Amino acid sequence: MSEARKMNADRFGVPAESMIFARNVRKTFGALEVLKGVDLDVPKGSVACIIGPSGSGKSTFLRCMNHLEKLTGGIILVDGDFVGYDLVGDKLYELRENQLCRRRAEIGMLFQSFNLFSHMTVMENLIQAPVQVRGTHVEQAKEEAAALLARVGLSDKEAAYPRQLSGGQQQRVAIARALAMKPKVLLFDEPTSALDPELVGEVLGAMRDLAESGMTMVVVTHEIAFAREIGDQLVFMDQGQIVERGNPREMINDPQSPRTREFLSRVL
Amino acid sequence: MVTRPAQPDAQGQKTQIHGVDALTVVPRRNYAIWIGTVVVLVLAALILKAFASNPAFAWGTAWGYMFHPSILRGLGNTLLLTVLIMSAATLIGTAVAIMRVSPSPILRTFAGVYVWFFRGVPSLIQLIFWFNLSLLVREVSLNLPVFGEVFSVRTNDFMTPFFSAVVALALCEAGYMAEIIRAGIKSVPSGQAEAARALGMPYRKILRQIILPQAMRFVVPPTGNEAINLLKMTSLVTFIAVDDLFYSAQSIYARTFETIPLLIVVAVWYLAVVSIMSVGQFYIERYFGRSDSGHEPEALLSIVSRGLFLGRKKERDNV
Repeated sequence: MSEARKMNADRFGVPAESMIFARNVRKTFGALEVLKGVDLDVPKGSVACIIGPSGSGKSTFLRCMNHLEKLTGGIILVDGDFVGYDLVGDKLYELRENQLCRRRAEIGMLFQSFNLFSHMTVMENLIQAPVQVRGTHVEQAKEEAAALLARVGLSDKEAAYPRQLSGGQQQRVAIARALAMKPKVLLFDEPTSALDPELVGEVLGAMRDLAESGMTMVVVTHEIAFAREIGDQLVFMDQGQIVERGNPREMINDPQSPRTREFLSRVL
Repeated sequence: MVTRPAQPDAQGQKTQIHGVDALTVVPRRNYAIWIGTVVVLVLAALILKAFASNPAFAWGTAWGYMFHPSILRGLGNTLLLTVLIMSAATLIGTAVAIMRVSPSPILRTFAGVYVWFFRGVPSLIQLIFWFNLSLLVREVSLNLPVFGEVFSVRTNDFMTPFFSAVVALALCEAGYMAEIIRAGIKSVPSGQAEAARALGMPYRKILRQIILPQAMRFVVPPTGNEAINLLKMTSLVTFIAVDDLFYSAQSIYARTFETIPLLIVVAVWYLAVVSIMSVGQFYIERYFGRSDSGHEPEALLSIVSRGLFLGRKKERDNV
C-alpha cells in the first residue's frame, strides 16, 4: 500500500477492502444541486447497483467516481486514492493531466450510448488505449484484445466498424475495450437503456460473467431483475440523495421507505 | 359465393389471378422535359458552331501556347502557391479552430477576432498590404539583453512578391479553414471524447486520434471547395507581379496581342487542374467515410487515397 493511500485510509477511516469510498459527495451545476451529500461503500469484488428515477443524480454520481465531473464537495476515494487530486495537509492539489489519466485508466466506464470510436474497427477500438496510454506493444495488445473479444463472444467481428454491429454487440465490444485496460473497477451508466429489449439479455449476460469473475462493479441501471440477481448491494437514489440501501433481494421484496416502494411498484 | 382477393397462403405462396402478368405500365409524358431538351441541344449546337467557326478563337495558336515554357513555369508557380498556401492555411486554421473550442475565453476571443478580420478584409487588399509591409516595418531584428543584436533583416529582402503572396493568402484562407474545421469538430458527438477520457487518454491525443479524424468526414467536402477557390484566387498575385499562370499568359499577349487564345490556354489549364483535384477529393472523401460503408473500398482505390493522405501507421491498416 502506498504512503498516500495509508494516510488517506487513516485519516478518513477507509476500510481495508474498500474499492469505492464516497463521503458527503455534493455536486452543483450553477444553481442546480444535483447531489446533496451522498455516501457509498463498495468493497472490492462486490457489485453495487444504483436505481432511481431520472434526474435523481445517479449518473452524475457515477461520473464523479472517475472525475468526468468534478465534485463540489465531499470526497471519493477509489482503491484508497483520490482520482483527480493529491491530498497534502488540508489541501487537495489538482493532478497534472498525465497523472489524472493514469488513475482514470484504472477505472473502466461503460456508457448508455456505447461510445465506441466510430472511425475505428473493433480491433482498433480495443488496442487504442492500451497502446496509446499504457504503451503496450501493438502485437501484444492485439493478442490480449483477441482474447477479450472471444470472452464476449465476438471473435469474428475484429475487422467490423461499430456501425455494422447491433447495439448489443457494440456494448459487448465496449465492455471488452474497458477490460483491455485491466481496470480495478467498472462503472456502468445505464448500459442496457439504449438497447432493443431482445438485445438486453446478451449484455446482462456479459456483465453477469464479469461479476462472477470477481470484478468490482458499480451499475446504474433500470434492470431490477439484474440488480436482484447479481447485486451485492442495492442503492435507491432520489433528488440527489440516497433514500434507501441494502441487500437487493430484501429491499426489492420489502422496501422500507415509501418512496422506494412507489418507485419499485412503477418499474417492476 | 363471396370471392376474396388473392392472399398469400400460410406458406407465402401467392394464388394466381388471371391476367396479372399481362398488365403493363405506360409512363406519363412530360412535354416540358422534351421542350427543354430541344432548347438545350440547339443552344449547345450554336455554341459549338461559334467556337468552331469564329477564327478569332485561333485554336491552333492556343494549342501552340499550351506547352509554352513560360506557360508551364507559370502553371508550376500557380500549383506551388496553391499547395503552400493550402497547407499553411490548414495548419493555421486547425490551430485557430482548436482555440475557438478551448475552455479559455481569451483564446476563444482571439480566434474569433482572427476569423472576423481575415475573412472580412478582401484578399486582394491583404495581398497588397503584405507586399508593401516594408512601408510599415523597415527591418525585422531580434535584440537580446545580453547578446545584443542576434539578427536583423530588411523587410524588403524577405518580403519577395512570392513570399508575401503565400503569407497574405494563407492568413486569409486560414480564416475560412478555421470555420470549416471548427464545424467539423463540433459535429463529433461528445460521447466520443468522453469515452476516450474515461480510458485515460490525454486531451492532446483525444484531439488528434479521436476527434480530428472523425471531423475529417465533415471537413473534406468544403475543403475541396476551398482548394478549388484558392487555386483560382492565386491569379490575384498577378497584381504584385508573381509570375503565375495568368501573369505568364498576360505577359505573352501584351507582346503578341493574341489575347483570346492565351485566355483559352489559361482556362483550359485551370479546368484540367480542377478536374484532377475533384478526382482526388473523391478518393479522400471515400477514405474518411470508410467506417460508414458496408465494406472497405476496393484495394487500388484505398491504396491511392492512403498514399495521398496522412500515411497512417502500417499495423493499423492490417488490423
